[in-house]
Amino acid sequence: MSAGAAFDTAECEQFLVHEARLLDEARFDEWLALFTTDAWYWVPAEPGQASPRDTISLIYDDRRLLETRVRRLASPRIYSQEPRSRTSRIIANVTIEAAESAACVVRSKFQLLEYRREAQRMFGGTCFHRLVRGADGIQIAWKRVDLVNCDAPLEGLVVPF
Amino acid sequence: MTPISGDEIRAMVQPGRVQRRLYTDPDIFELELERIFGAAWIYVGHESQVKNPGDFLATRIGRKPLLLVRDADGQIQLLHNQCAHRGSMVVALNGGHTSEFRCCYHGWTYHLDGRLKAAPLLHGYPAHFDPKNPELAMLRVPRVASYRGFVFGSLAEDGPSLTDFLGYMTTSFDDMVDRAPDGELEAAGGVFKHSYQGNWKLYLENLCDAAHPLFVHQSSIDASREQSDEVFSDGSGEIAIRQMRQNGAPYSFWEANVGIWTYPNGHSFLGDYHDDAKLVAAMNDPTFRDYIVAMEAKKGKEQTKKILEVRRWNSNVYPNLSFMSQFQQLRVVHPISVNETVVHTYSFRLRGAPARMFENVISFANTVNGTGSLVLTDDLEIYTRVGLGLSSAGAQWLEIGRGYAGDLADEHGGRRGKNSTSEIYIRNMFDAWLTLMTQESELQGEPSAARAPAAQRRAEMRQ
Repeated sequence: MSAGAAFDTAECEQFLVHEARLLDEARFDEWLALFTTDAWYWVPAEPGQASPRDTISLIYDDRRLLETRVRRLASPRIYSQEPRSRTSRIIANVTIEAAESAACVVRSKFQLLEYRREAQRMFGGTCFHRLVRGADGIQIAWKRVDLVNCDAPLEGLVVPF
Repeated sequence: MTPISGDEIRAMVQPGRVQRRLYTDPDIFELELERIFGAAWIYVGHESQVKNPGDFLATRIGRKPLLLVRDADGQIQLLHNQCAHRGSMVVALNGGHTSEFRCCYHGWTYHLDGRLKAAPLLHGYPAHFDPKNPELAMLRVPRVASYRGFVFGSLAEDGPSLTDFLGYMTTSFDDMVDRAPDGELEAAGGVFKHSYQGNWKLYLENLCDAAHPLFVHQSSIDASREQSDEVFSDGSGEIAIRQMRQNGAPYSFWEANVGIWTYPNGHSFLGDYHDDAKLVAAMNDPTFRDYIVAMEAKKGKEQTKKILEVRRWNSNVYPNLSFMSQFQQLRVVHPISVNETVVHTYSFRLRGAPARMFENVISFANTVNGTGSLVLTDDLEIYTRVGLGLSSAGAQWLEIGRGYAGDLADEHGGRRGKNSTSEIYIRNMFDAWLTLMTQESELQGEPSAARAPAAQRRAEMRQ
């Protein structure tokens, strides 16, 4: 695929499934490598939240903080991951919302099971990825995860969505 | 519920140690709701959350659902969220604006101050039924009072005034409000709600604990220290990483530079922790320079300097409020069951400060109070871990004696630790706990029903 080629849905879906697999297999360094050097990753705390700047977020990481988040996940002293979570994700309903020549915004639905210490949690919602095609393949310029229960009382969120 | 005598309660708290049962016994928990949450002043919201007549906000004291309302006359009301007819919860929304409250069950309506306005089919009732009876209402909580915009309610008819209850802690609220160039705060930016499987007391017991960050937060301390500052940040990550690195201050720092102060009724604050230079780059930060200009324009140079010199970290108001004046954060701890707790955390905008200041507040909130924060998630794990540990049959006494021998008198009527690693603030909370928990038994021989005013008693019975 040439660097300026347009995206199609099947290619986007394949990329999202690959991303989900990296997360499920706890290959967080490889997941981080999917993001551009100025990317952001956002899990709003309110439905339809307009901005991460004037309202709190469950997670809002610029690239620097995202790197720190991923590095912490590898720490032997991350007590909130002792024992480690196991996750299983399903990605579906993939549509391209906005397309340019070498970039697009993809919308998808996800369901995520997280098992840890004798309890299973279920998350679901809508993801938006801005994907860009560069010399090294597809990268994520930003990712927004709208959880259905974003404003519920929740125990700690440690494994990325 | 097994009755627990005053002597039994007194035997659970000894100098420098408490019985594990205080964190695990459902009967103790129920007594705490009755004698602590049913008596003390409990934070229920901020006046800016109900700015205009008709504005309402769902809140609670203990497990009791309440409504904070600005009534037609502009007065703050605190109402039990319960219809006087069949007991249904009248308002199911978290907040909003209305001209009256209407029960969805049979259409009874109420004025904003809780008085019954109208009810359909008012005929055929027995003689004692009188629609003008003031108890036929969304009953008011017996006492409600504000300090500089912070609203508290008390389920007890009698007791100390709010300012007497807060005592010297009023200066922490002053610190928060005085930092606003226009002298007013506004609750803004949403609310975090996080939960853990552990006792409600653990939360405040951790917030002034200067000995835990180095240990509990090691994963985020290490990860932030190894983070290159060359990597792109839009500013939010920079604030987060600076805070996480600061958590790694060695014990010597906490013992030499930081203090812990405690006051009657269980309150405390951790002080002299950060100066603004460490976190918002102070004078190097153009936003902070603009802020100081705005402050000096409103308050003058000298007063501004005096205000910004106050360096308090967490201020804890017993039993369930903690706030941070420097970064305008506020947490409210809600006990759910003996081993289940929900915490709501709020941010405040300083009126008259540059907009960018609030963006920094949001970044800070995400870092220290966020459900997905790299810091808080390890605290939540600890609360749950304590809950799990106490489900064993291990040591009967939990140790809270660190720094006991070094406690000192404070010039404002409290006690302080020799330095911040003292657990004096936990001991101080248990002093308040003991006072409140044994109040009922001091009055033994007098049936409790005889002391509770009729309206309150009926309100309690309906909950």
